[in-house]
Amino acid sequence: MKKKKSRSVDAGFGGVGDRAALRIVSSVSAVGILLMLFILGFLVANGLPVLREASLSGILLGFDWYPTEDPPALGMLPLIAGTLSATLLSSLISLPVAFGLAVFTAEIAPKYMRNALKVMLELLGFLPSIVLGFLGMMVIAPWMQEAFGVASGLNLLNASMLLGFLVVPVVASLSEEALSAVPQELRDASYALGATRWETVIKVVVPHAMGGMLSASLLGVMRALGETMVVLMAAGGAAIIPRSLADPIRPLTSTIAAEMGETAVGSVHYHALFFAGLLLLVITLLINLISMYVEKRGQRT
Amino acid sequence: MNRTLMRKSANSFMTLIFWTCGLLLAAVLVFVIAYLFKQGWSVLSIEFLTQPPSEGMTAGGILTPLVGTVELVFVSMLIALPVGVATGLYFAEYSNDGILARLLRISIRLLAGVPSVIFGLFGLSLFVVFMNFGSCLLSAGLTLGCLSLPLIVTASEQAFLAVPQDYRDASFALGATKWQTIVKVVFPSAASTIITGAILSIGRVAGETAPIMFTGAAYFAPELAKSVFSQVMALPYHIYVLATASTDIEAVRPIQYGAILVLIAIVLGTSAVGVVIRARLASKGGR
Amino acid sequence: MAENGFETQIRTIGLNLFYGAAHVLKDITFDIGRKTVTAFIGPSGCGKSSYLRCLNRMNDFIPSAKVAGTIEIDGEDILSPSTDVIALRRRVGMVFQKPNPFPMSIYENVAYGPRLNGVKSRSALDDIVESSLRGAALWDEVKSKLGRPGTGLSGGQQQRLCIARAIATQPDVLLMDEPTSALDPMSTARVEELIRDLKVDYTVVIVTHNMQQAARISDYTAFFLLGDLVEYDRTARMFTSPSDKRTEDYISGRFG
Repeated sequence: MKKKKSRSVDAGFGGVGDRAALRIVSSVSAVGILLMLFILGFLVANGLPVLREASLSGILLGFDWYPTEDPPALGMLPLIAGTLSATLLSSLISLPVAFGLAVFTAEIAPKYMRNALKVMLELLGFLPSIVLGFLGMMVIAPWMQEAFGVASGLNLLNASMLLGFLVVPVVASLSEEALSAVPQELRDASYALGATRWETVIKVVVPHAMGGMLSASLLGVMRALGETMVVLMAAGGAAIIPRSLADPIRPLTSTIAAEMGETAVGSVHYHALFFAGLLLLVITLLINLISMYVEKRGQRT
Repeated sequence: MNRTLMRKSANSFMTLIFWTCGLLLAAVLVFVIAYLFKQGWSVLSIEFLTQPPSEGMTAGGILTPLVGTVELVFVSMLIALPVGVATGLYFAEYSNDGILARLLRISIRLLAGVPSVIFGLFGLSLFVVFMNFGSCLLSAGLTLGCLSLPLIVTASEQAFLAVPQDYRDASFALGATKWQTIVKVVFPSAASTIITGAILSIGRVAGETAPIMFTGAAYFAPELAKSVFSQVMALPYHIYVLATASTDIEAVRPIQYGAILVLIAIVLGTSAVGVVIRARLASKGGR
Repeated sequence: MAENGFETQIRTIGLNLFYGAAHVLKDITFDIGRKTVTAFIGPSGCGKSSYLRCLNRMNDFIPSAKVAGTIEIDGEDILSPSTDVIALRRRVGMVFQKPNPFPMSIYENVAYGPRLNGVKSRSALDDIVESSLRGAALWDEVKSKLGRPGTGLSGGQQQRLCIARAIATQPDVLLMDEPTSALDPMSTARVEELIRDLKVDYTVVIVTHNMQQAARISDYTAFFLLGDLVEYDRTARMFTSPSDKRTEDYISGRFG
């Protein structure tokens, strides 16, 4: 809930003290911009050297990821496929659930429940991902092996379900806010025309909140995309392109986390991992920018 | 008439579905928490919290990782709070929608979406390698500080904006300069909200694993950190290590679950405190 | 306006105020006398409060505001760019429509202004706090609870606290923007009584939408309509035999 400022902020200066204060505060604030630039810069600086060893198409489309061999095979396609498949599957599972929760909280739940639900959602969002990864590895995987007879419970499905747990709170909270922001007059008008609550929600409220819900979904997707510990512990870690839900995967994030510890600074492997990070960062930034654009568009109507 | 009946039953049906799903999810949550408790309950005790891990981490407690986590949080807040509050102050009191402000807003928004492992890479290349701090508490703490910056900025900006304009008007009308107004009136008014934001960030930072994995977290440290340049154990990383590299599965299991329960207690505990304080402040606000 | 005992303190010459394209004050010229109570009356949105805010340069905070003309307080042009605005605001105090005590103790509220001015000694501040609270007719009610938050007082007490806070900097002029419109009748009466006492030490300029109030407490009244200063005269004369037809219509309630 941001309040719009309507006062000029330049007036009221009383001389030297105020100018100095402004200078200090804005200089310190500029760190934010510098940080973003530095992150990009360092990733580029440490990632681009890998292009000396392999071509761009070789990296992005190559099937074999054996960076420790000599000569190293730097095909990131399986890693990219791992990231995409986990993100896609977890979004497919979690977005409907999140929207459902949001609709329930905002429109259906009685007032006393609403606050409790919102608080629970928010607290759920604070759950550290390591806990989910641990559960995936220690609890869900053995259960999957027993129940479904798969070779290993550490796979795409396991990881995606857990990623869903991380995505749902974010998307649900933001969507709930978007739904609550729909003016009551619209609902009243719909009821006055004899619509049921479900019809009102589906035909009037949700379309109005669509922009906010879309932007929330993008943020959820970003969350799944960038998650490390869950996939590190529950996804299996095999750098292959998944053909079934029970196949293990190795997304970009867990690759970096798993392999960086044993990599010599400045080696080809080192640069390759930074390049993987750069890929991930660029994708994330793009989605973020799109989500900002969608939000702006929604605000204008 | 038939159509109305269909519509009404569709409505009831959907309501039923929603309620069932909601209750199911709640049940799952309760089940998970109960399971965690059952597995780790046996280990929880004062000794658990005050003894370091022993015998190759198959016995003993979690003192070292616990202290390490506290130290990491402390260092991260040391950098994130001043910069974050200053930035929030800039947005709320000084910015005039010029180019600096807009770039800054976009940067903070982008930073909020950067994956945590990327912060790890950044910390590695900047603090560990480029600035030659090596893998240590300082590098890991600074990395975590960068990670929590967007959270603090958002919380601070909202806190400052929430201070009623009336206060500023009265202060100016008494002849105060802008900076005097900020220091004497705006900041004290916003302080509690900012602290709440800091508490919530602490909860988030305490549970982070990826950014510290190669910037300062130690697989095992025989003693507590001697300086900011030593490596530290950290609770979330300790859990990871116990899960993936332990030798005696049976002995380690209760320790794992105990550590998880402690971590959840810390993270959810601080977050819950933050949420409660925020709710109290919100209801107290307004004259 | 040369009359017995009238000494000009605030001289306004050809004042024009624009908010963006809106011409809010049109060519205002008149004098306000030292140690008088001058009331501004007129329908809402006619520039009364805007003029008040010119007197302490609070319009500087509105980005679209543009001022032309001259206002002299004690011979000094306060609209000139070289004016020390901070010092001006210590000489010209303001009380707002909605009481806005700081979320601090009563003592700290009143001591705020003097502290800015550099008063540090505890005993000096004690004296100033006491005399200001006495001057605002609030001392007896709060002298035993100076440490309590200012926001804990009743509405009428809060407004008197704001008055005490404003006079603590020992201003020459006290501006009051509809100070009683948010108060109940009892508190209103007390504040009005206070204003009559205040004029012994301060020049009071008060904006009010309540004509009876203007008639009760002011020595001079200025009637603003749509940005024009229609009439300015001794209160007694204006209310019994106004010169301008518009004034007469407004006072007799035909509009506004």
